[in-house]
Amino acid sequence: MAILTVASLKKRFGGLVAVNGVDYSFPSGEISAVIGPNGAGKTTFFNLITGIYVPDGGRIELDGKSLVRVKPHVIAKLGIARTFQNIRLFGSMSVLENVMVGMHIHLKSGTPGTILGWGKVRHEEQEARRKAYRLLQYVGLERHFNEEASSLPYGAQRKLEVARALAVQPKVLLLDEPAAGMNPRETAELTALIRRMQRELELTIILIEHDMKLVMQLAEHILVLDHGEKIAEGGPAAIRNNPKVIEAYLGKNAVEEGVMA
Amino acid sequence: MNDILHTLPQVLIDGLALGAIYAVVALGYTMVYGILELINFAHGEIFMTGAFVGTAVLLAAQGTGLAASLPPWLFYLLIMLIAMMFTGALGVGIERVAYRPLRKAPKLISLIAAFGVSFVLQDVVRFIAELRTGNYIVSSSSLYGERMSLPASSISSLFGDATVKTNTLIILGAALLLMVALDRFVNRSKWGVAMRAVAQDRETASLMSINVNKVIVLTFFIGSALGGATGVLFAQQYGTIDPYIGFILGMKAFTAAVLGGIGNIRGAMFGGFVIGILEMFASSNLGTLTGGSFGAEYKDVFAFSILIIVLIFKPEGLFGRAVKEKV
Repeated sequence: MAILTVASLKKRFGGLVAVNGVDYSFPSGEISAVIGPNGAGKTTFFNLITGIYVPDGGRIELDGKSLVRVKPHVIAKLGIARTFQNIRLFGSMSVLENVMVGMHIHLKSGTPGTILGWGKVRHEEQEARRKAYRLLQYVGLERHFNEEASSLPYGAQRKLEVARALAVQPKVLLLDEPAAGMNPRETAELTALIRRMQRELELTIILIEHDMKLVMQLAEHILVLDHGEKIAEGGPAAIRNNPKVIEAYLGKNAVEEGVMA
Repeated sequence: MNDILHTLPQVLIDGLALGAIYAVVALGYTMVYGILELINFAHGEIFMTGAFVGTAVLLAAQGTGLAASLPPWLFYLLIMLIAMMFTGALGVGIERVAYRPLRKAPKLISLIAAFGVSFVLQDVVRFIAELRTGNYIVSSSSLYGERMSLPASSISSLFGDATVKTNTLIILGAALLLMVALDRFVNRSKWGVAMRAVAQDRETASLMSINVNKVIVLTFFIGSALGGATGVLFAQQYGTIDPYIGFILGMKAFTAAVLGGIGNIRGAMFGGFVIGILEMFASSNLGTLTGGSFGAEYKDVFAFSILIIVLIFKPEGLFGRAVKEKV
């Protein structure tokens, strides 16, 4: 069962075709990966799905509903949340507040009550804080809840982005290079966290990642892009031995000389 | 020295009242800047429009005898609410018509649009005022004009007594209330948190399901409503208004916002009080301090000099954080 489908998806920037006619269906409730060399169009692919860019052609559908020309905040509401390759936290807000921003659509507004500090509203506020705190516990950041987000160590900031994305309560979670810059211990923790999210929260997870070990461990389905085009798709074993993929990563000679074999 | 001490109580009272007005108007500048990085120079004119709307309602109600049937505090509150709704809607309209189409244009273009909006508002208000009253300078009576004496001399014989208008206390109370309400709203409510998120990173906020346009509209509404409320307080305090009061006052409120660190709400409040008190201090003491070389008319030079000195040593303002260069 596919939850997210793209068909003949296309995006141009001037003369450069960043995504060129990509077709793919992401199966529901499973972990997929989008890989490819630098400049393959992976992040552009994510930006098209989340509505930051409007495609020049093709379809994007979530549960059969078109996402083309839908505003980013509406797409988030429909159930797609993401993290970023270059961390984009709200640096001067606290760790807990960052998660609360993600909870935005799920919070009651109660503005007059907030200002006057009514008991009922105060109760709701506390409830929201508790929920945010539980999400921090889930990713293991609860000790840092009151710290400024920008003061967290790098690996923790990546986890906070995950917690903030979870707060949107998505059906599909997009992770853009979640392990970038992490040390082996942090990467192992992250791998466990991604598995746990998929199992316990019944999430569909799509990740862009350069760490091939992580990709091969986690992903059941892999989409390979190069110069904006789909050059391969399939399970980890098939992708590992696909000559086109090896060529894209290591150049033509590598295939001929059988480096990867 | 004795002269300065003698007038100090009066200087502080008047400075606080003026500072409260600057502070609340400064909030409008700082909020819009925080969200859009736009200096909304039309904000001074929104303040002015609030003063006129309040005065118009006051004069109309006094004409029909409605004013006499209501208790003055309720009437005052009603005038302020009407002015706030009007200027709030005006601010939202200005954003929709003049700023939103230019949002992707260079900031300088929006700034010029803001100047344009200022002139339009000045002339429209002047036109309506002249049409209705035959004069663009409008006077009204104060609802709480009575004065009382504050016996500061009983604390120490160095101080002189100060006179306080009841309206001065109303200004201080209302300004404080508005500031506390805004502070709570921004720090605790759902939309306040969304506002801060949008101020930091608009795109990321939208990806977290926040409707950015709604936040921007809300920001303009709140900022402009605060400006309009201050306009009413100002008209009640000084009695006479004209369509050009927004310019200089807006400049000083903007200065207050910069002094506190533009984009920082608590900074703007503090900056407003600093500028107000400095200005009053200069206006009553410059003559004495300089042996008569500079009179009270140099009060603005004094206040702005302080600003320049602060900015030389702390360019991000007193409460601002140094902006990191974006890579």
